[in-house]
Amino acid sequence: MLKELVARCKLGYGTIPFPAKEPILPDRYRGCPVVDAARCPGQCRVCAEVCPTSAVKVSADGLHLDLGRCLFCGECETACPVNAIRFSREYRMAARRRQDLVLPGTGTGTARALDARMKRLLGRALRLRQVSAGGCNACEADTNVLTTVVFDLGRFGIQFVASPRHADGILVTGPVTENMKPALIKTYEAVPAPKIVIAVGACAIAGGPYAGHKEVHDGVEGILPVDLYIPGCPPHPIVILDGLLRLLGRIGK
Amino acid sequence: MGPKRLRAYNSCPVGLRDIPLVSTAEFRETVVRSVADGARLAALFGRPHGPNTLRLLAVLARSSEGALFIVETEVSDCYPSLTVDCPQAHWFEREMAEQWGVRPLGHPWLKPIRFHHSYRPGYDAWARSATEAIQPSVTDFFQVAGEEVHDVAVGPVHAGIIEPGHFRFQCHGENVYHLEISLGYQHRGVERAMLGGPTSRSAHYMETLAGDTSVGHMTAYCQAIEALQGCIVPARAYALRAVALEIERLANHTGDLGALAGDVGYLPTAAHCGRLRGDFLNLTALLCGNRFGRGLVRPGGVVFDLDADQAKLLLERIGRIYNNVTTAVDLLWKTPSVVGRFEKTGRVLRQTCEDLGLVGPAARACGLERDVRYEFPSGIYALRHIPIAIGETGDVFARAYVRWLEIQRSVAFIQEQLEMLPGGPIRAATGELPPERLVVSLAEGWRGEICHVAVTDVGGRFAHYKVVDPSFHNWMGLAMALRDQQISDFPLCNKSFNLSYCGHDL
Ligand code: SF4
Repeated sequence: MLKELVARCKLGYGTIPFPAKEPILPDRYRGCPVVDAARCPGQCRVCAEVCPTSAVKVSADGLHLDLGRCLFCGECETACPVNAIRFSREYRMAARRRQDLVLPGTGTGTARALDARMKRLLGRALRLRQVSAGGCNACEADTNVLTTVVFDLGRFGIQFVASPRHADGILVTGPVTENMKPALIKTYEAVPAPKIVIAVGACAIAGGPYAGHKEVHDGVEGILPVDLYIPGCPPHPIVILDGLLRLLGRIGK
Repeated sequence: MGPKRLRAYNSCPVGLRDIPLVSTAEFRETVVRSVADGARLAALFGRPHGPNTLRLLAVLARSSEGALFIVETEVSDCYPSLTVDCPQAHWFEREMAEQWGVRPLGHPWLKPIRFHHSYRPGYDAWARSATEAIQPSVTDFFQVAGEEVHDVAVGPVHAGIIEPGHFRFQCHGENVYHLEISLGYQHRGVERAMLGGPTSRSAHYMETLAGDTSVGHMTAYCQAIEALQGCIVPARAYALRAVALEIERLANHTGDLGALAGDVGYLPTAAHCGRLRGDFLNLTALLCGNRFGRGLVRPGGVVFDLDADQAKLLLERIGRIYNNVTTAVDLLWKTPSVVGRFEKTGRVLRQTCEDLGLVGPAARACGLERDVRYEFPSGIYALRHIPIAIGETGDVFARAYVRWLEIQRSVAFIQEQLEMLPGGPIRAATGELPPERLVVSLAEGWRGEICHVAVTDVGGRFAHYKVVDPSFHNWMGLAMALRDQQISDFPLCNKSFNLSYCGHDL
């Protein structure tokens, strides 16, 4: 026992003060892109050409970037000759509605809380069942990391549980492969109502790098009703945590 | 005269036409004899050659010479299976049967591995029609009969936050006779999508093939592309890539040691290592902004440089994290109840390991000196070797201890690299790929040998792209480790291998 205590003293306290204090993100962190459509003359389209997932579109109604499809690779930023797209350090990116993920827009980062009834039911204790449906294990890893002492998800009353029967909702990662679709649906059905669905990562939102493959279903959309979208490939754990806390009304209005 | 086979080396391309095309009998003989003689089957795959013929290509890795040997044969819809005389071929032959509808005659246990339709119209190894729905894991499983014998089925959805797979245990009471592992749930069609490339997505496929091995797979991909083009990668880029690859290893090994502690209910190390793993991921983010190294490695070199201050910061932080990991991991070896649970659990015999062709820490834990960084070095590893970490007992303890040794050696390597980073640019220009060439690219990922084989067509596009994740070799090792164990030891054994589902399923 003594050696454990000595080790504990040496290693110190590891939980970050988020959300009371702003999180520390890496210097080179690529957060929410800022789309300055006015700068784009709309002719060259190089950003759209280099985008691996067609997240960037230049059309008659201007330049748009769909955060749901974005892999945050930064290719568009590098390619754009007039700096119309720039990756910021903004980590507040979760949205409640799919259309709110399209930039420029007003919806991202300000995900509304659940309605009063759901908030009353889930706001103080949210139990989630995680389902990986073709995820590459990065979204899974950075979701799992929330349960470590660093983020200490338990202090917010949020917990991942082993059985859908004990859950209030599911958190899905991956593009929903053909081979996981039945298991995903069965897991969802096994969760008692009322229940919520959270899509984490570009794959779960719109197929990610695998969008359009016949082996996948381009995300959860159209298979289950989604209550919260958390963009990224993978989203930084803080992006996920921020989204979850907003959904429960712990941050924002 | 020795068998006809082409000698090649890691990341040194060969002409497609220089690969000897031999009869099926000779092909079989060459593979079986080479493996018996100490080579390992690094890859075995089929590639279509006209509508009705399929070329089977074997890559044999011979460590003692640091060389690879390549041989090909041509088949139509069947050929005599290699597996009976060369168990390493077992999984590869099932994969070829599934992908191309070619039957290995006499294969002892021919089943799909990913559950998808054949890529060759009109050919299916199980005579299924193209419209028939294929359901994952709906297939035959091993049967054990007798009083009190029962099956336990687990997955695809598991208890924790982990990828999906199906496990079937044949048990007698608590005792496991055999474990059968059925995968394919993560199949996203990566290899198929690589055809005709490189495209703007190719790099993203590589970085997400197995998300916890983004740097490893991306390094193998870039080596292949650069070798094909004859691109001279700057030394500084090689060093930075190796630093990133070793940090990836540190993060995963540390996480695994924590998870192993958790599985035997020893929470101090579990809690500390969970956090320290994240500290390593944050070092990768220091390099490129992404915790998994996405966007760092690209053909020609790396995208982000490290200035003197950043290198110093990285050195400082790595030293600090390493001290903490030492404190946390030392607890494991000093706690008899932990060591007692690790020792003699999930033992894989050295012979089994050789027969199955296991790679990475799982093989090294059985005493085999298998490590691409040492056997087939490329990039900066050609100049600076990392001593191989070896265990002996082949049990959970050995797999854990090998990881700990590797953590120490990787830290020393990174420190050395950062202290003497070569100067110069970080990326060279890349161009088109040459036509009709083949290259085998090997890299030592944290799970073991990553093997990519790229083949170009007459137009210099990918005519074939084969990926062999270390998990492809090692899942069978986990099955063997479970024989004659308590079923309750499964989580511990599983974690000691910590294999990739998506890396296997592609
Ligand atoms: S969104 Fe990106 S990180 Fe997440 S599962 Fe998909 S490929 Fe992996």
